[in-house]
Amino acid sequence: MSEALSRAADYLPVLMEGVWVTIAVTVLSLLVSTVLGLFWAILGWTKVRAFQMISRTFITVIRGIPIIVQLFYIYFVMPDIGINLTAFQAGVIGMGIAYSAYQAENFRAGIEAIDRGQIEAAQSIGMSDNLIMRRVILPQAFRIALPPYGNTMIMMLKDSSLVSTITVAELTRQGQLIASSTFDNMTVFTLVALMYLVMALPLTYLARQLEKRYKNA
Amino acid sequence: MIEVRDIHKSYGPVEVIRGISFDVEPGEVVCIIGPSGSGKSTILRCLNGLETYQKGEIRIDGQRVDPEDKSIKAIRQRVSMVFQRFNLFPHRTAIENVMEGPVYVKGMSRAEAREMAAGYLKKVGLEDKMESYPGNLSGGQQQRVAIARALAMQPEAILFDEPTSALDPELVGDVLSVMRQVAEEGMTMVVVTHEMGFAREVADRVLFLEGGVIVEQGSAEEVLRNPQEPRTQSFLKRVLNPLI
Repeated sequence: MSEALSRAADYLPVLMEGVWVTIAVTVLSLLVSTVLGLFWAILGWTKVRAFQMISRTFITVIRGIPIIVQLFYIYFVMPDIGINLTAFQAGVIGMGIAYSAYQAENFRAGIEAIDRGQIEAAQSIGMSDNLIMRRVILPQAFRIALPPYGNTMIMMLKDSSLVSTITVAELTRQGQLIASSTFDNMTVFTLVALMYLVMALPLTYLARQLEKRYKNA
Repeated sequence: MIEVRDIHKSYGPVEVIRGISFDVEPGEVVCIIGPSGSGKSTILRCLNGLETYQKGEIRIDGQRVDPEDKSIKAIRQRVSMVFQRFNLFPHRTAIENVMEGPVYVKGMSRAEAREMAAGYLKKVGLEDKMESYPGNLSGGQQQRVAIARALAMQPEAILFDEPTSALDPELVGDVLSVMRQVAEEGMTMVVVTHEMGFAREVADRVLFLEGGVIVEQGSAEEVLRNPQEPRTQSFLKRVLNPLI
């Protein structure tokens, strides 16, 4: 047991490097997916049919393709048409785009849950569509979308391990590398699992706090 | 000030407004009464472009009300609305609800708007609830905030869409007395209501609608005390003596 612990201590610095990359991938792709998801949701909400079509088509296509295939596509196929990205860039963009479809659905549900009377009240004081979106719909949709958003954050943290398949040296990848050279699968993957868990716990807590805080407002 | 000319509106094959015309003069209080499904809320909502209409014309101070046109935003700033279900913004406090239009639509400074909003909230008897969220207010209080919100736009007219229908009976009086006060100060008002007492005391004119047309109109005295049309008579009988 103590032997395992001392080996674990040996692996820890390498795995910690992976942890930072995992956090970076998660945070950046969360950012990309949020902005993009909001964009798709608003595009779908406009009265312009062409915009609605674009939004719906994009969401349908992205949701129908496994994330791992999307990552392969961006990392391995894009160079053929002259777009060369580092593995890290491809990972963040791929995860961001893939998750934007789910974010868009979250936001859309939030927007649609808002009572028609809210929009009418805003119109009745002369607000433009723009202002209605910004001052009335989004702040309320945000509260409604928050609990699913918290879940999405946790899923993205875990799914960031998918970028290991395109050689991004995040936690899972670092674990695989150590395991394949030491054959100490038990110690390595127990550590990797624990490290994901430790990262997920504060997110779970945060999601719950936010949910509680916005429930009454 | 408000001119309504031969308005027709259909939902699919169902024609809910079948040729309605009336005028509202500045400072006048017009109550619209009638059974549910008579089209009274629909015609009211046409006045500020919340509903479209297929035929006819509505003008506010000579300007055509066209829900599809950009000009509708300017018209709505001049014709406020109070809704049956209040429709306050639940994520903002009472005073923020009242400030919203002046600050974000009219571009007033926050300090100035706050002072004005506080004045209107005081006027509707809610100076002690300024920082409350709508969820913590009673229906009657919420509706009074909604009236303050409408007043804060300093409109030329206010439309009331069954403002007391969603309230518990004991809260109706507070809202009606605020409305009466607003009327006495000379505000032009169009009120869709089931409150016959309010119509009798405050309205300059009463329109009785049924089946998408104006069946009878005249002074409150004429229409409510001495209705000429059999349909008006039977409606009033049902409303005033619901148990018989």
